[in-house]
Amino acid sequence: MSTESTAVPSPANLPHGTPELLTGAQAVVRSLELLGITDVFGLPGGAILPVYDPLLDSRKLRHILVRHEQGAGHAAEGYASSSGKLGVAIATSGPGATNLVTAIADAHMDSVPLLAITGQVFSNLMGTDAFQEADIVGITMPITKHSFLVKRADEIPAAIAAAVHIATTGRPGPVLVDITKDAQQATFPFRWPPKLDLPGYRPIMKAHGKQVSAAAQLIAEAKRPVLYVGGGIIRSRASEELLALAEATNIPVVTTLMARGAFPDSHRQNLGMPGMHGTVPAVLALQESDLLIALGARFDDRVTGKAALFAPEAKVVHVDIDPAEIGKIRTADVPIVGDAKEVLVDLLAAYREAVKQTTPDLDEWWATLEGLRSEFPLGYSQPSDGLLAPQYVIQRIGELTGPEGVYAAGVGQHQMWAAQFIKYERPNAWLNSGGAGTMGYGVPAAMGAKVAEPHRVVWAIDGDGCFQMTNQELATCTLNDIPIKVAIINNSSLGMVRQWQTLFYDGRYSNTDLNTGHDSVRVPDFVALAEAYGALGIRVTKEEEVDAAIKLALETNDRPVVIDFVVSADAMVWPMVPQGVSNSYIQYARDHSPAFSEED
Amino acid sequence: MSTHVLSLLVEDKPGLLTRVAGLFARRGFNIESLAVGRSEIEGLSRITVVVDVEDLPLEQVTKQLNKLINVIKIVELDPAQSVQREHLLIKVRVDNTTRSQVLEAVNLFRARVVDVSTDALVIEVTGDSGKTTALLKVLEPYGIKEIAQSGLLAIGRGGKSITERVFKN
Repeated sequence: MSTESTAVPSPANLPHGTPELLTGAQAVVRSLELLGITDVFGLPGGAILPVYDPLLDSRKLRHILVRHEQGAGHAAEGYASSSGKLGVAIATSGPGATNLVTAIADAHMDSVPLLAITGQVFSNLMGTDAFQEADIVGITMPITKHSFLVKRADEIPAAIAAAVHIATTGRPGPVLVDITKDAQQATFPFRWPPKLDLPGYRPIMKAHGKQVSAAAQLIAEAKRPVLYVGGGIIRSRASEELLALAEATNIPVVTTLMARGAFPDSHRQNLGMPGMHGTVPAVLALQESDLLIALGARFDDRVTGKAALFAPEAKVVHVDIDPAEIGKIRTADVPIVGDAKEVLVDLLAAYREAVKQTTPDLDEWWATLEGLRSEFPLGYSQPSDGLLAPQYVIQRIGELTGPEGVYAAGVGQHQMWAAQFIKYERPNAWLNSGGAGTMGYGVPAAMGAKVAEPHRVVWAIDGDGCFQMTNQELATCTLNDIPIKVAIINNSSLGMVRQWQTLFYDGRYSNTDLNTGHDSVRVPDFVALAEAYGALGIRVTKEEEVDAAIKLALETNDRPVVIDFVVSADAMVWPMVPQGVSNSYIQYARDHSPAFSEED
Repeated sequence: MSTHVLSLLVEDKPGLLTRVAGLFARRGFNIESLAVGRSEIEGLSRITVVVDVEDLPLEQVTKQLNKLINVIKIVELDPAQSVQREHLLIKVRVDNTTRSQVLEAVNLFRARVVDVSTDALVIEVTGDSGKTTALLKVLEPYGIKEIAQSGLLAIGRGGKSITERVFKN
């Protein structure tokens, strides 16, 4: 993330030296305005009511009233992930605050810069089990980068400025500011900018030169190197620098679920996504590699499979802004702590030095990889029941919308297909809940993205299960002129769970049937539901209807659009590495493994 | 497993101890002992933590602790390069026949009697864990009624201080 200073000059509305008297609530609004924030998502309640009063008068802050606080949290995440800006969510105490918890946890796992502001009961009532009291600072301690409990009005500007600074610098993450109602009501002389007093917070941006040279040396000598690209490249806005290094070195690139779009999918060197549902070339490139250059990636178990058997012959160069990620799962031969954007520039310079002595030859490596790529391209087979293939729908959405669109997914099969079959050419185009795997992320995240990037087409690629968790935000979209497009990949079930039941539980489908699709009672009827929310509802059941529906959605911008793509329930996500085994056991399709040379 | 002593310089903020203790629990590390008190600088506290982990997970603990915004500095104190003490209050049952024997043990261990009653003594002892364990073993036959023990306190030997190193730059 950027290290831009959060200090903003004070407004010249009063003679120098005479601070304006503000209530704590006014100070919340003023501080957000002075920090350059323009949009917030929230829902009022008793303990945050004072803040909502000055919010009504603010001309700089647009507040979007959501229908559930979780929606505010995910909207703020989508806002942040699509634009790189800070996302802000506001909620009241107690249940308002606890409803934000899932989104906060999600932002924590995926390093999303998020500011959560919650009201707290009067300070003299804290600890008495007062009405709508919850220890939200305590509850969120394990899932925030930091948090502040503010009990005095005059502490508000500094707390908010520090929270924004912490959330947006270093490894970004969620920061909570919990403000008691009496602090919101009290009056104090407002001064800006406040002094940031954070002696224990010094993110390392610039890497150690010696480490960078050591990494460059390993890169120059490697026979089978891979650039293992993670979400850190997107958060650090380092795509251009990555492209420069990749092209200079001719090293193959894999982009993790969090990094889809960090490197263009159309680029010859991109092998696709690694991991449990990665492409065969990406998975096996990592597995066979002799040097992993991990860039803002954290060796997640969904990428590594059984970690002890992951890339057994590879040395590791691990670049991350968070020192705790280095060596957490896999020991790094060359650890590099720093901001990816800066490190990549230094690394390229060091590489150019290093190759003056040696000439890397990757021809043999590329020949192997090209072989895998032509033998195991991404694809899918038509469902045996003759019903619509979900992969086809998702692929057509990507093709008809193009790389300038934004695609937010829920969690499950449709998420994996959207990661596989939409081609991403730019960072921040793909939004999803990667670490936490939060069903219901899609619709509110798309809403947030559309607010941040109103000129872009924003799709929520959702499942019938996910959609039913957060679809109430369609009301927010309709009423606030946020015309998102929702594609429900409706397989009438909790599809990914069903897939595991098919593969690992003898097809015993325990509690995964949702009755929303073919041959079911269709509760709810998604088209009727969309129309009840003031959105355009379309149902598609046949392949020949797909393009027309997508085109109609793309042409409709006066209201949200919901397309109910009723697809086959039997389609599965392939390739797949079963959980807890070596990635060498990747299956291209059911019972079909690549002939992978185990013996060497 | 091996024992490590960490000295943390931290900002004295509400909830700080919860943040530190919660992190240990969440990441699956056991705290063997914990001592918290003020430091020589106003607004800063010092926490001495004893953890029982191997070297590699210890590195992970230290890195995760460093990520806490209110933690300013973490140093591992090598037993050979530091003074390490724990503090115990022990209530021992005595009667007219055993009192003098207990007092003798107290003197031998350079401990002190801080409260006397007809049927018990409260003994105060400071030392490393070897000394305090030995004293407890000697007192056990008389009947130990109650023990209150502090966490381990530790400080580096020599003239340098952790705080100086932090605030020099």
